[in-house]
Amino acid sequence: MTDLSTTLTGPRGPKPRKRLSPANIMLYSTLFVAAVYYLLPLYVMVVTSLKGMPEIRLGNVFALPVEITFEPWVKAWSEACTGINCEGLSRGFWNSVRIMVPSVIISIVIASVNGYALANWKFKGSEVFFTILIFGAFIPYQVMIYPIVILLRETGDLIAAATGTNFRLMGTLGGLVIVHSIFGMPILTLLFRNYFASVPEELFKAARVDGAGFWSIYFKVMLPMSLPIFVVAIILQVTGIWNDFLFGVIYTKPEIYPMTVQLNNIVNSVQGVKEYNVNMAATLLTGLVPLVIYFVSGKLFVRGIAAGAVKG
Amino acid sequence: MGNTTQNDLELDPELMGAAKPVHSDPSIEIKNLHLSFGSVEVLKDLNLEIDKGEFLVLLGSSGCGKSTLLNCIAGLLDVTDGQIFIGGRNVTWEEPSDRGIGMVFQSYALYPQMSVEGNLSFGLKNARIPKAEIATRVARAAKTLQIEPLLKRKPAALSGGQRQRVAIGRALVRDVDVFLFDEPLSNLDAKLRADLRVEIKQLHQTLENTMIYVTHDQIEAMTLADRIAIMKGGKILQLASPNEIYSRPANKYVAEFIGSPTMNFFQGELSDGAFSCAAGRFSTEGYEFANASAGGSAWFGIRPEHIQCGDEAASQPNQLESRVQLVEPLGSDTLARVGVGENQIWVRLDGQAGLKPGDPLTIGFSATLANIFDSTTEERL
Repeated sequence: MTDLSTTLTGPRGPKPRKRLSPANIMLYSTLFVAAVYYLLPLYVMVVTSLKGMPEIRLGNVFALPVEITFEPWVKAWSEACTGINCEGLSRGFWNSVRIMVPSVIISIVIASVNGYALANWKFKGSEVFFTILIFGAFIPYQVMIYPIVILLRETGDLIAAATGTNFRLMGTLGGLVIVHSIFGMPILTLLFRNYFASVPEELFKAARVDGAGFWSIYFKVMLPMSLPIFVVAIILQVTGIWNDFLFGVIYTKPEIYPMTVQLNNIVNSVQGVKEYNVNMAATLLTGLVPLVIYFVSGKLFVRGIAAGAVKG
Repeated sequence: MGNTTQNDLELDPELMGAAKPVHSDPSIEIKNLHLSFGSVEVLKDLNLEIDKGEFLVLLGSSGCGKSTLLNCIAGLLDVTDGQIFIGGRNVTWEEPSDRGIGMVFQSYALYPQMSVEGNLSFGLKNARIPKAEIATRVARAAKTLQIEPLLKRKPAALSGGQRQRVAIGRALVRDVDVFLFDEPLSNLDAKLRADLRVEIKQLHQTLENTMIYVTHDQIEAMTLADRIAIMKGGKILQLASPNEIYSRPANKYVAEFIGSPTMNFFQGELSDGAFSCAAGRFSTEGYEFANASAGGSAWFGIRPEHIQCGDEAASQPNQLESRVQLVEPLGSDTLARVGVGENQIWVRLDGQAGLKPGDPLTIGFSATLANIFDSTTEERL
């Protein structure tokens, strides 16, 4: 064990890596340009939303605000007018929450059970059923808009007639929740089915030998090990439903418009002065929820994947 | 299926080292079992009777239907036709949990989110067994398998051998008469596999319950089994004691499947008490023909360990001149591939044989230990 460093010549130990190789310079400059390309509009929006109207009229889009004001944010949230209603975006926000929460829960609960049944409890015709369901994911929404209008109206009328109440599905929150839940079904079922299909079949067999039934296996064996896929499903559904405009504008009415529809009505109103700062603030407010979901559950997502990677 | 019953008489308890099967009381009976997936017939008219306390190994290459048969017995697959009896009860339509079986899987199949204790007690909780009883049974299983210190751990924090022990424990706590093993040791490294193999054998001797063990590993089959069922294409080719299967294989497939290196074969003609082939004319004196009038085109098979070399070859009735082509020293033995004319033959020699490729070698063997098969039917003659 004498001093080896004197006896060894030539390459030794880890291979040195150049930091500023041409490939790296190309890579980082491309990434930088791409980042600027996406961040610049966001910068302009944030900066503009913090300026007063006189400052905006000067036309220096990229300039930092001389005098920071939160007035536009407050106005966007609670005072901006759409038509005769001047409650700001807050009403749309709560409408969106009331639409999103039940839609996300219902669609994920049903789709996860669907996926579990399709992956583990194959029945006669289950493959055909699955194919039809997946086919649904490729039909453009626009084709189904009017049939759904009729379906919601007629079903609502039927229930109303049967119960003798004033029940309605068309133009109500309930109707929109149903539409969102159904439209989430193909992609979510595919997601869950593929995840449960990747769970070793022997685990399912072992549970059956242990006397667990359909629900017992679902709740006690499958559910505890599928946090990652639930997080993925939640991200998909929350952002999808929150960002939805089309269904919101068609199947509801002004009092219960979701936030996206209301944002459009504020930004696109043609009367009076265009308040760019308020518009920017309103847009940022609307985009905040998906953004927060990404940041919060992104971490959970990674943790979920890590937990799943060491499964027994 | 004619060879399923006659072999029991030759069971040598000394060689088995395990509980002798009691023939009057079958633990599992499989009658005319058929299973098809669509148009693919996986199991064809399979009949099998397993005695109480017997250790039966289902052996075969992948795709032979051995795991499928085990799944049918467990009730994890619906059979197309036929009946399954466990403990005298027709369980063909019963749920897996009601059949009185415990099963151990190749991939352990432990519930990843439950502790070892949770894994062991899951089946008992489903069966609504009182808490105190569950605790006793889990403690007893943990003691038997020496996993007591691991009870609070999650499966992810266990090694492969420990996981498989827990998986065996899960079958143990169920207090059942029949254990089903589906290649339980295939995911372990060689050393652990040998250790756990001994433990499973020990467990069988202690519990004395019926065990059906699926494997493609002939060492596991030979060491563990009271009887081995060799399967191919959804049929049982031979069902007999390990010794019987090794020394008197019923057909050429079984002869080739068991033994490593595999049995050497010569193709030739059998006539007038002698076998003639390209390598020479072998006397068949000492060979017990199943059919006295056997003759015609045949295979002559001799195991590498039944071929003598050098001076010992001289005393054998059949001798051949050969040239060493390849030498594999294993320490305890030396394997050598030698050329006899067109044929390549493996021989097993002493560990200190010191052969080199190119050396001339005289090999000799007797027909007493040989196996002769018909060329067309490949059945034993």
